[in-house]
Amino acid sequence: MTTTQPMTIAVPLSMDAAEVPATGSARPLGSRQFGALTARLLRSLLRRPAFVAITLVQAVVWLPLFGSLFRSVATVPGFGQGEYIDYLTPGVATMSVLFSAGWTGIRFIDDMENGVMERLLASPTRRWAIVGGTVAHEAVIVAVQVTLVVLLGWGLGARLRSGPLGVVVLVVVAVTLSTAVAALSDALALVVRRREALIAAANFLVLPLTFLSTGMMPERLLPGWIRRVAHYNPANWAVSASRMALAAHPDWLSILWNLLALAVLAALSWALAARAFSSYQRSL
Amino acid sequence: MTTTHSAGEPAPEAPPAAPTTEDGPPGPDPEAGLGIASAPVPADADSRPYAESEPDTEPESDTEPGVDAAAGSVVPAVTAEAAGKEDPAVAAVPPAAAEATTEVVQAVTADAEATAAVAANAAGVTEPAQTAGVPADTQEVACGGLAGAKRGEAGARSRRSGSGGSDTQEVACGGLAGAKRGEAGARSRRSGSGGTEPVVAGPVAAAERPAVAEAAARVGPASAAVEPVWAIDARELVKSYRGRRRGDPPVRAVRGISLRVPAGTIFGLLGPNGAGKTTTVRMLATLARPDGGSATVAGHDLLRRPWDVRRSIAIVPQRSGADPDATGRENLLLQGRLYGLSGTGLARRADELLERFALGDAAGRLARTYSGGMLRRLDVAIGLVARPAVLFLDEPTTGLDPEARAVMWSEIEALTADGLSILLTTHYLEEADRLAARVAIVENGQVVVEGTPEELKSELRGDTVDLELAEAPDASQAEALRGRLAALPGVGEVTLDGRSVRARVAGGAAALPAIFAAVDGAGLATATASVARPSFDDVYLRHVGRRFGRHEELT
Repeated sequence: MTTTQPMTIAVPLSMDAAEVPATGSARPLGSRQFGALTARLLRSLLRRPAFVAITLVQAVVWLPLFGSLFRSVATVPGFGQGEYIDYLTPGVATMSVLFSAGWTGIRFIDDMENGVMERLLASPTRRWAIVGGTVAHEAVIVAVQVTLVVLLGWGLGARLRSGPLGVVVLVVVAVTLSTAVAALSDALALVVRRREALIAAANFLVLPLTFLSTGMMPERLLPGWIRRVAHYNPANWAVSASRMALAAHPDWLSILWNLLALAVLAALSWALAARAFSSYQRSL
Repeated sequence: MTTTHSAGEPAPEAPPAAPTTEDGPPGPDPEAGLGIASAPVPADADSRPYAESEPDTEPESDTEPGVDAAAGSVVPAVTAEAAGKEDPAVAAVPPAAAEATTEVVQAVTADAEATAAVAANAAGVTEPAQTAGVPADTQEVACGGLAGAKRGEAGARSRRSGSGGSDTQEVACGGLAGAKRGEAGARSRRSGSGGTEPVVAGPVAAAERPAVAEAAARVGPASAAVEPVWAIDARELVKSYRGRRRGDPPVRAVRGISLRVPAGTIFGLLGPNGAGKTTTVRMLATLARPDGGSATVAGHDLLRRPWDVRRSIAIVPQRSGADPDATGRENLLLQGRLYGLSGTGLARRADELLERFALGDAAGRLARTYSGGMLRRLDVAIGLVARPAVLFLDEPTTGLDPEARAVMWSEIEALTADGLSILLTTHYLEEADRLAARVAIVENGQVVVEGTPEELKSELRGDTVDLELAEAPDASQAEALRGRLAALPGVGEVTLDGRSVRARVAGGAAALPAIFAAVDGAGLATATASVARPSFDDVYLRHVGRRFGRHEELT
């Protein structure tokens, strides 16, 4: 203990290069912990085929439903040209992200109830890795869901004008949004610590986020105040980026900006969730 | 021993808004040199967020002794750091002197005792007991007393640890002999381990008492004997929770619990539900932050180095702790990976534990399909994967049937053979009696009594006479009975509860006729009577039940 420690700015979420191999010390690597926790959740996901099926069906149901429900929107003056299904597909993709990722915190509640959380927190497991496990698990689910939605939209007549690259970008956008929402859901779970409260809060947030965006309705048709709110709605950032990605000539720069904003939000949410463990621990 | 820090190592999980600095003072830990370390944590430590944002900025040392996970042995970093720094004198205390020291110790105030224990910690000695040239037993007595364990602490065993050249880590009990006037100081002048630095305790003896211990620590250990390493050394832990509603007074779950768990032993926390056992365990396992007090766990400061503590411990929570959606084996593998194990070593360890806990056949089944006993065995196995130095078992047998409980007991008993230290909470008297080397009975957030089960039982002189009256006495009859019984020779405490009467009686069987006469005299009749040697049940009744007795009299 002869050196004084220089001030270290803690950088969250840098899980790759940031980990210096702990030579000679028994200090476990956060990235390994992250991997182990992710694998744990994915394994248990695969063990519940019914749950997987419901998750996928849920995602797929919205598109035909909203597609028929709002079909006439495309005929409203001001909608512009094109089929509504073209317009709707990125919107529904984003919506399914919100619905799926909003519930991520349930995993934490399960772990709190069966004592796993206590065991994790008393072990040298990094907090970001605990959050990371659920986030990565959710990212996998979302990637599959969104791909499915887009394929279904394509089957229903939507045109993917920018080809596979656009779809890949759409999936990346969806996963980034999912990371932000999942981490927030984790943080919420750590704070409220009750299943019902988490579900209520998730539902309360997901619907407004969906409808205060251009997901279902072009911006020109939105009331002024919704248009202004939508501007600050991360779900809307994702919707616009996704829609642009599927357009004939994507505006890559503005897609990048939206993606960047989502990434920053995801990082902040992740850090917030890692912070929220202290709230949970205060209750212990 | 200079530790090298991976200074400025990034902290992936700490949030960006919280730049953290290492605030440990340069030089050895305060524990090491000054004899103040185990005193309550300085205020600045209290003001820091507990643990969450600091892990990765902690200095990390390649050479820091820390906990040898492979051996499951506790080697307080403090000890070795101090040893490296000031080459402490290890003295051989002749048996006679040791005895005298014990007397001295008992005369010293608790305050001085505590500080002396710290001084002892400062005097890091890495010398096996035998080489000190004194029968180990004598040293234990001398030092157990010294270490501030108020009763003669026979349970304090000198410890042998395995592996890796880190030989037995014994700590010299320094200073205290010098803390008590001149005579002890003079006696305590002994040569050091290598004979290098004879320490003169003279100045120490002259000092005032509060100053003494500090001075003693500064001078270096004067006399030396051997103290067991504390797996857990908790002082005055306090924890309150906010009231349920705004305006409710805070719930004081733990009101100043101090305990010391010698390494390699099982320590039982016994008490009714809500006594504060689980809260204590959670504090010591870094889950809940104490509002006050301090502790070292596996040699690491609980408040300042929670991540070092976490690497050295495992907890088996009251609520399982196993992932129900994973198989038994997967649960073990996950735990190992979280502690940094991997590969074939981890796989071997998992198989070994599955075998040991008779889960081999169920290894591939989901934990949710396990029976209660199997699940609990899995929980304990999970706790052991990374060979922690200290294991916390929070009510390991609650809810198990008698057979599963017996199996669990023999498993737990076997664990200390590996040098593991266990803090066990339970509300089964039999469990504490059978498993624990030392027991603390916790009531209402405080330790009401502590000692070995034998000590606690031998505190109760005489036999227990249990009477069942034919009818419940009314108040005046009860009073008369109590008076008559108390008047009998050899009768101690008397507890009345409905129809049952319990009395502590010297020579219980011989006194029975007189007791029957007393019952008759009070106008009552005896239905059944039994005489028993004191059991742990009686210990509990005496320390916890007495309060219920008093309560009953009031109503």
